[in-house]
Amino acid sequence: MLKITDLHATVGETEILRGLTLEVNAGEVHAIMGPNGAGKSTLAYVLGGRPGYEVTSGSVEFMGQDLLAMDPHERAAAGLFLGFQYPVEIPGVSNVQFLREALNAQRSARGEALLSGGDFLKLAKEKAALLKLDMDMLKRNVNVGFSGGEKKRNEMVQMGILDPALAVLDETDSGLDIDALRVVGEGINAIMRQREGGPGKGVLLITHYQRLLDYVQPDFVHVLSKGRIVKSGGADLALELEREGYEAVAA
Amino acid sequence: MTHMPTIRDEDWRYADGDALASLTPSDLDVWHDVVLEPGETRAKDLVLDDSHPGIHRARLTVGEGARAEIFAIASAAAYTRLELEVRLARGAHFQFGGVTIGGGEATREFVTRVTHAEPEATSEQVVRSVHWGQATGNFLGRIEVARDAQKTDAVQDFKGLILEKGASTNAKPELEIFADDVKCAHGAAIGQMDETARFYMAARGLPPEAARKLLVRAFIADAFAAHSDAEAQESLLDNALATLGDAV
Ligand SMILES: Nc1ncnc2c1ncn2[C@@H]1O[C@H](COP(=O)(O)OP(=O)(O)O)[C@@H](O)[C@H]1O
Ligand SMILES: [Mg+2]
Repeated sequence: MLKITDLHATVGETEILRGLTLEVNAGEVHAIMGPNGAGKSTLAYVLGGRPGYEVTSGSVEFMGQDLLAMDPHERAAAGLFLGFQYPVEIPGVSNVQFLREALNAQRSARGEALLSGGDFLKLAKEKAALLKLDMDMLKRNVNVGFSGGEKKRNEMVQMGILDPALAVLDETDSGLDIDALRVVGEGINAIMRQREGGPGKGVLLITHYQRLLDYVQPDFVHVLSKGRIVKSGGADLALELEREGYEAVAA
Repeated sequence: MTHMPTIRDEDWRYADGDALASLTPSDLDVWHDVVLEPGETRAKDLVLDDSHPGIHRARLTVGEGARAEIFAIASAAAYTRLELEVRLARGAHFQFGGVTIGGGEATREFVTRVTHAEPEATSEQVVRSVHWGQATGNFLGRIEVARDAQKTDAVQDFKGLILEKGASTNAKPELEIFADDVKCAHGAAIGQMDETARFYMAARGLPPEAARKLLVRAFIADAFAAHSDAEAQESLLDNALATLGDAV
């Protein structure tokens, strides 16, 4: 579903991704772990197409298409979801209005029928309940006045509503207390786990700590260091990293 | 004979010089005189689009405890100026919400002179300017507080949004206060589109034009927030946003 080959990317003048190769197949959950400054968020932004993050070489194929040739909103319509490490506040725009327009823009790009106001609210209520986010929060302006944890849960509500094929979740666990961590972990499983006979789904879980992986069991764990994957393994690797630190394991 | 204004006049300093040169005295002599009786509330929506460019002038005399509300859009493709002279009696209120929006080369401006002539009058003016191309949007707001107009509360709030290099906005608040127990606040800020918000919206699937429209709507909505009629408020917003269609 996602095939990253020898990806190099610069931010400003600095090369941050330096030959990153990774493949995520439908039905797989991959965790990417690594120290601060390794390039985890840069990878997420490059996949999302953020202006200023320039790919200098390499390729990314997503569901058979050249991801890097698409505009950010086209990537979303093609099924890519980016969960932000720092969700953005948008004063004056309500969550409901924003998400309904976003969902309908995606559906229209895919040639699907638009969702009515009533049907959208029903869907939004269902996903808000799943993430235990008060529906009133969704009527408020996007992330304005939300606590850190509420912002992260709101990201997952958005993911539930948009129902992507591939979710790239950048430190969705940071800023969550233990209860919220469990709710978010179960939410990710409910929304993104491949179901028998369902459409292909994959997850790229970027995290700094092992704790989210207790809830969202990864099939593969990769260590990102200095813009490259330096080690890959199974779920055990995350425990080893937690125990011994990145320095020891990635050396 | 009417004095013909030039950009050397304080009140016309940000106006379009060429447009002023082509004015005739009759363009300036038309003042709409409006008198609000004590306790009366009157509201007016003004859409100065391509069917109403040019200079529009009104004098409002607002009686004791009365309330005058004006909500305006200046979006014509040619020089457009709305000038309001307001005199507030005791306990009267003046509410002004204005949006200048547009591209091209035109100057669009609001010029208000609000006199708090008696005690306890209040005024609130909120202006938003959104421009691209070589366009200019201005708000010149003068507030006079008379000697015994104690407990005056006057607020002016201006924000400009520049969508493209080359466009500009100007705010010129002017306060003349002769009373001592007075609250006068004014704020002015000019900025550009929030790129982080734009990317966030794109990452959720919104095309750039749709994201821009939502952000501009949020930006100008403050100007009409005090409108008591929700439907009229929506229609003003839609009207202003229709101009955005041709923005880069
Ligand atoms: N906008 C930026 N401008 C310049 N340098 C940046 C920018 N964003 C990130 N970097 C640099 O890129 C490197 C990787 O950052 P990032 O991808 O945020 O790492 P991580 O998410 O793994 O902590 C860091 O050295 C950081 O300082
Ligand atoms: Mg990061």
